[in-house]
Amino acid sequence: MSLALVFAIAGLVGFGVHLITARSLSRIVLGFALLGHAAVLALLASGGPAGDPPLADRATSAEMANPLPQALALTAIVISFGLTLFLLALARRQHELTGDDLVEDDLEDRAVSALADAEAAETP
Amino acid sequence: MSTETLIGLLVALPIAAAGLTLALRKHARQRDIVTLGALGAETALAGVLLSRTISDGTTAVRLGGWSPDLGIVLIADLFASLVLIVAIATILVVEVFALGQRRTPWAADPELAGPLLLVLTSGVALSMLTGDLFTLFVAFELILVASYVLLTHRGEAAQVRSGMSYVVMNLFASALFLIGVAVVYRSTGTVNMALLAERLPNLDEPVRVGIGLWFLVVFGTKAAAFPLFSWLPDSYPTAPTTVTAVFAGLLTKVGVYVLVRFHTLTDMEALQPVILIVAGATMLVGVAGALAQNDVKRILSFHIVSQIGYMLMGLGLFSVAGIAGAVIFFVHHIPVKTVLFLTGGLIEEETGTSRLSDNGGLAVRRPVLAVLFAIPALSLAGLPPFSGFVAKFALIDAGIDASSIPIVVVALLVSALTLLSMVKIWMAVFWGSPPGGPAAPVTEPRRRLLVGATGIGVAATLVIASLAGPLWDLSERAATELLEPTEYINEVLGTVTP
Repeated sequence: MSLALVFAIAGLVGFGVHLITARSLSRIVLGFALLGHAAVLALLASGGPAGDPPLADRATSAEMANPLPQALALTAIVISFGLTLFLLALARRQHELTGDDLVEDDLEDRAVSALADAEAAETP
Repeated sequence: MSTETLIGLLVALPIAAAGLTLALRKHARQRDIVTLGALGAETALAGVLLSRTISDGTTAVRLGGWSPDLGIVLIADLFASLVLIVAIATILVVEVFALGQRRTPWAADPELAGPLLLVLTSGVALSMLTGDLFTLFVAFELILVASYVLLTHRGEAAQVRSGMSYVVMNLFASALFLIGVAVVYRSTGTVNMALLAERLPNLDEPVRVGIGLWFLVVFGTKAAAFPLFSWLPDSYPTAPTTVTAVFAGLLTKVGVYVLVRFHTLTDMEALQPVILIVAGATMLVGVAGALAQNDVKRILSFHIVSQIGYMLMGLGLFSVAGIAGAVIFFVHHIPVKTVLFLTGGLIEEETGTSRLSDNGGLAVRRPVLAVLFAIPALSLAGLPPFSGFVAKFALIDAGIDASSIPIVVVALLVSALTLLSMVKIWMAVFWGSPPGGPAAPVTEPRRRLLVGATGIGVAATLVIASLAGPLWDLSERAATELLEPTEYINEVLGTVTP
């Protein structure tokens, strides 16, 4: 496995995680896309060295690239493509509702912690 | 019908029915008949599968006749069929409840909820029956895609807000899952779990433990284990009642299920201390979070987290008794948790809110509802003679046998705190005086169906409690099979058993 591939995967995961921790959903979508690419690259890399297309009669099995991880990668690409679209739809709905696409705090959680603060203030 | 066909049908039937109900979505009656019929048939199939597995043992199916290192293998052992029948029957009860809840403000949109519930059912069946890691990933995505849409399909502000953190968290876990699959394939040359059971133990210790930890994080996120649980109490309470009930009963449990499956098959006993610490922390954080809440659904959501800790405790003990305890905990927990959320929904239908401070005096107005809440609530806390007692007793007994005293102490403490928070709901909702303001339900639900469905669920938990003896024998058998997976491996690889 080429070292460049390893660094590419590491870089994609790094940038992807950085973007996913952002508040804006459009950044999260991009981060998720990068992470998806990292996963697909990792799957490809797991199949060993590159080779000829795995078609019967065109190459001997020793010369072929391993087709199994490629099939897995293809499935993963389709799934992450669909989910990226769903995330974008969610971002659009959030934009309709609030005018931005920020992931907001859990209101009920804030209410509970405000309650705890109020109780702490009451007891001297 | 051969057992092989049966296993295939369990996955294919709901997804085919989902397509049909989507085509029929404008014809309410036909759509409901197909949904109910498919779920009923699925329950029957799962029942037949369980009885066959009890008498004939494990059965594996190679889809398309491919050899196990290339193709997809489905396999039904005792653990899978036992959890599957409970899960599917629970979904059926929730669908009946959903029929009664139509046209009320808390109902899911029936045009979407029916088909999506069926897709989810198929995903649950596939994730329990699959024999390889990548099909497991696909099954997870099937469940998650259905759950994303079920959670957010009404497009309300609260649902979109909490749906975002739910979706992002799960997508992140899915990406980690894929990278984990790549690492496993690179180091062993297979993603088939039976082959992994043979090849993973031969790897270098650091690689093996690394893979175990990696999948602990991936499945732990799905299972809402500490410290990866915060998405759950945020998102679940905002969904329509029936959706929350299904999620509560099933989604996190699928996470723990595969954790148990993967870590026992690949013999990850080295992770025992880590899993036990995670289990204890999950129990404590969940129950402590529940104590602070002021909403029935949110309290119950935090309890999902704390109960996950118990199942992890069973796995962490890595003994036959411990894993058998986890298995019986699955059987008890799935219906109990779902029924509790259904009663939460009934409270909401009755008074217009599930907030504790806006409720009160319901025991006088609706005594039946009070009983329907009390039985699963006491069961959740683990009081005899209910099903929770059997499950918790088994786990604590196993903990004492393994002389893991700290986890036993935590488990007992958390049980007491669970009871405390159930009492808190009881005092606020069922006792006291009704709140001042007018609390009229907006529309009249079909109450008989609602109460009937919940009643069947409660009755099922009582049946589980009364069948504790035979169930314990089955759980012990399932646990022995999990820890000594020779039959599983032979069945998948097709080697003849001597």
